[in-house]
Amino acid sequence: MSKRKPYVRELPMDWWLKNAFYTKYMIREGSSILITLYSLILAWGVLRLSQGEGAFNAWMAALHHPFSIILHLIALALALYHTVTWFSLAPKAIALWIKEKRLPDKFIIAGHYGAFVVVSIFCLIIITL
Amino acid sequence: MNASTITIDILRYRPEMDEKPFTQSFEVPYNADLSVLETLQYIKDHLDSSISFRWSCRMAICGSCGMMVNGVPKLGCKVFLRNYHPKKVTLAPLANFPIERDLVVVMDDFIDKLESVKPYLIPEKEKDLAAGPHQQTPLQMEKFKHFSMCINCGLCYAACPQYALDKKFTGPAALALLARYNRDSRDNGEAERMKIVNQEEGVWGCTFVGYCSVVCPKDVDPAAAIQLLKVDSSKDYLIGMFKPD
Repeated sequence: MSKRKPYVRELPMDWWLKNAFYTKYMIREGSSILITLYSLILAWGVLRLSQGEGAFNAWMAALHHPFSIILHLIALALALYHTVTWFSLAPKAIALWIKEKRLPDKFIIAGHYGAFVVVSIFCLIIITL
Repeated sequence: MNASTITIDILRYRPEMDEKPFTQSFEVPYNADLSVLETLQYIKDHLDSSISFRWSCRMAICGSCGMMVNGVPKLGCKVFLRNYHPKKVTLAPLANFPIERDLVVVMDDFIDKLESVKPYLIPEKEKDLAAGPHQQTPLQMEKFKHFSMCINCGLCYAACPQYALDKKFTGPAALALLARYNRDSRDNGEAERMKIVNQEEGVWGCTFVGYCSVVCPKDVDPAAAIQLLKVDSSKDYLIGMFKPD
């Protein structure tokens, strides 16, 4: 008779705290929660704008609350963290072959930062004009 | 512990006697040149002959001696006591696999997954043997070669939280193997394999943790293979919208 009795280990709830790599991954993915919140606040502002000047000014005043400022600073930090980590991973999803050589990773990463700067400047011009 | 020894903790499980795994400690003479695998052989020869572990080539070719070394998936032959001394070394069977005995895991699911991706050339039409070999240029080979360097050690499955959470996920090594055949100029089986790729259990089960590529002892980069397959899968979906077949 077989004495086989394979033992299956349970995955602990805190698996992502036991290895720094997993923790960083969870922060990268978890940043989406605050970015969603940020987008909802912005969408709420658009809705208030449609309701007239008073409503919009009340929304603007709410944004000056320290709680709101802290929330936005955290969202900004997480969005930047997501951007940096995501850009560093981008070459894995891009296989560009030029002649007989694969385009080196650093060019793909630099291309992403270049596009990021161009789009940011474009957005700043639109906002300030 | 004195300077000339090192402590090795091993997670042990003997199915005929134990209800659950337990840790056993060994004190072994320290030698900077000793690999973890050689240390296990020392323990088996001199301290406890009942301990079980898999090994064969001792030089990162066979892929048999995968295990968790201080919580990180490693090949026992490719990691040395000097990487940890004077701290202790904790050994456990590869994570995310059932334990057969001591450091030996049940790899059946992993092997099934490798087989499930049609890992063989599917030529457009059968060629007569007399017609000679399928030829390929160095550039055509370069496009898939690093995905073909896998030694099936299973470290990437032990590193993958998605596989840990859902055993239906096809997983890193099998998808890298699939990418290897899809990128082979001699192969014409992409349409068949895309059915596997496009599923939730295919590439879309991956959330790009990326740890599989970090632990891979042969630099196969399965995370890159999966992301490239996601691009292929998206193209396949878009083309399918306009050209259903």
